[in-house]
Amino acid sequence: MRILIAILVFFLALLPLPLLIHSDFWITWLTLALFYAYLGQAWNLLGGYGGQFSFGHALFFGTGAYCTAVLQIQFGVNAWGGFVLAAVAAGIVGAGTGWLVFRYGLRGSYFALVTLAFAEVFRILANTFSFTGAGVGLLVPLQPGIAQMQFETKAGFFWLLLLLVVGCLLFTWWMQNARFGARLMAVRENEDAARALGVDPFSTKLLAITASGAIAGSAGAVYVQLFLYIDPNIAYGPAMSVEALLVPIIGGLGTIFGPVLGAFALHAIAEIGQLVFGEAPGLNLVLYGLLLVVMVLFLPNGLFGLGRVGFGSGALRRLFKRSAHA
Amino acid sequence: MLEIVQLSKRFGGLVVTNDVSFTVQSGSISALIGPNGAGKTTIFAQISGFHQPDGGDIRFEGQSIIGLTPERICLRGIARTFQIVQPFAGLNVRENIAVGAHLHRAGRRAALEHAESIAHRVGLGAQLDKPAAALTVAGRKRLELAKALSTDPKLLLLDEVMAGLNPAEIDEIIPIIRGIRQSGVTILLIEHVMRAVMNLSDHTWVLNNGRLIASGTPAQIATDPQVIEAYLGHGAAARMQAQRTGVHHA
Ligand SMILES: Nc1ncnc2c1ncn2[C@@H]1O[C@H](COP(=O)(O)OP(=O)(O)OP(=O)(O)O)[C@@H](O)[C@H]1O
Ligand SMILES: [Mg+2]
Repeated sequence: MRILIAILVFFLALLPLPLLIHSDFWITWLTLALFYAYLGQAWNLLGGYGGQFSFGHALFFGTGAYCTAVLQIQFGVNAWGGFVLAAVAAGIVGAGTGWLVFRYGLRGSYFALVTLAFAEVFRILANTFSFTGAGVGLLVPLQPGIAQMQFETKAGFFWLLLLLVVGCLLFTWWMQNARFGARLMAVRENEDAARALGVDPFSTKLLAITASGAIAGSAGAVYVQLFLYIDPNIAYGPAMSVEALLVPIIGGLGTIFGPVLGAFALHAIAEIGQLVFGEAPGLNLVLYGLLLVVMVLFLPNGLFGLGRVGFGSGALRRLFKRSAHA
Repeated sequence: MLEIVQLSKRFGGLVVTNDVSFTVQSGSISALIGPNGAGKTTIFAQISGFHQPDGGDIRFEGQSIIGLTPERICLRGIARTFQIVQPFAGLNVRENIAVGAHLHRAGRRAALEHAESIAHRVGLGAQLDKPAAALTVAGRKRLELAKALSTDPKLLLLDEVMAGLNPAEIDEIIPIIRGIRQSGVTILLIEHVMRAVMNLSDHTWVLNNGRLIASGTPAQIATDPQVIEAYLGHGAAARMQAQRTGVHHA
């Protein structure tokens, strides 16, 4: 109940911001923070609650982005329809990946590496085929208006993403209080112990990666309408994968508000980094790498862990331990 | 209720289960004892589906359960505890137990209520909100028992739930186990604490080097020369016999 109130407060606090803030810079800043929160929420579902650390969530993000862009450009599919189909397509890719990886019992660093490799394969494929625009990428036509999920004002995207993030907050809250969530967390904590209590880890993880993939794919669809452009490096490159995992790790793994907190913090840090060091290419990734090390060493429960003992306490440390042993 | 038929299992060249057969009667408490490394835990692992036997059969309520996954076997009604306790460390006691309670309860409220009643039954009622990682050894053993119990099993396999407990804690857990049997659950336990075996079990099997060497009531087992030799080494039975007669003569 307290969490529901917190979600409501969050929603009501952010809702009027576009009316109060007239700076385009800040509205764009907030919109992007919400976008990364949404992507991080997708990752958190599988990584934070399921303990399966994907290093290749761009696989799902990119699939959703290309799905909506190709459908729109080649087949004239409406952007909202593309949004739904993007989620479906990325969910299918998620299920396929999960089926392969979990069937063969890959965990820890092996799981991370396979997701990374799959994203790379998709990047190469997108670079090759002409219907994805190959290396040139795809330009989505500008059609301002809510009908094509392109808004006439900056506020439109802000509100759309706010709704998506709040939807995800509610979904995560539901999951945490449902049988599925209980099983997912049990699998994260101890797979053998979970099996001994009748939990099927394969189907549990499969469901989690499907949902996580679908949400990340829908984030890709929003991205395409926001930037009107997609190419293989943006879609399937490592940058998106790293953002997706850093956001919940910074905020708090396996917590409802972790990704939101993490997205705002990460986005602020990246902004400050740019102010201090200028626009050196790749600097962001260096900064992110450092952040990840700091988080693992000093704050394995994320920013949320500062306030109280987090749920997935030590999950991060355990991953690195487990990986070392795997 | 549970029939083990000519079960055998090898790890590489090591024969860990060697042609083992026994039958657990419905409603009983039975014990499986034997020296360290005898192969007791490995038999539990085969019954619960974590290890596949190399030969023989395991029949539960008349049907073979060989080849079923651990989760299917749990659904059939066999729950096990782990000798090395396996708590969900990041979850609290209530949430730990609720995982098993969800096996037959979809709703969260029903699962949590069941978890709480199980916690009270095993004496964890005061620690429901504690993180599992913060429990003492005795607490973790109880949690292990509670988790298995939460799946509403017909047959409960308890692997050394008293190891590492002090005598007072053992005295507390014995009536709890008896209470579980009274509620209609059949129990097969592995135990080194002989006082508990004597106290609880209707029937006992002794395993040594993967082979069953004796079977009977705990009292019969305690005086079996083969059993004494298995525990204390070659010639021990004769020495004990001599000692005993020595005492009589004195
Ligand atoms: N996974 C495994 N791989 C190889 N050998 C194993 C494995 N598990 C157990 N063993 C060996 O099988 C034998 C029997 O082990 P098991 O754990 O079943 O004994 P136990 O009777 O439960 O002993 P304890 O009383 O010490 O718990 C031991 O020699 C052990 O080293
Ligand atoms: Mg053992």
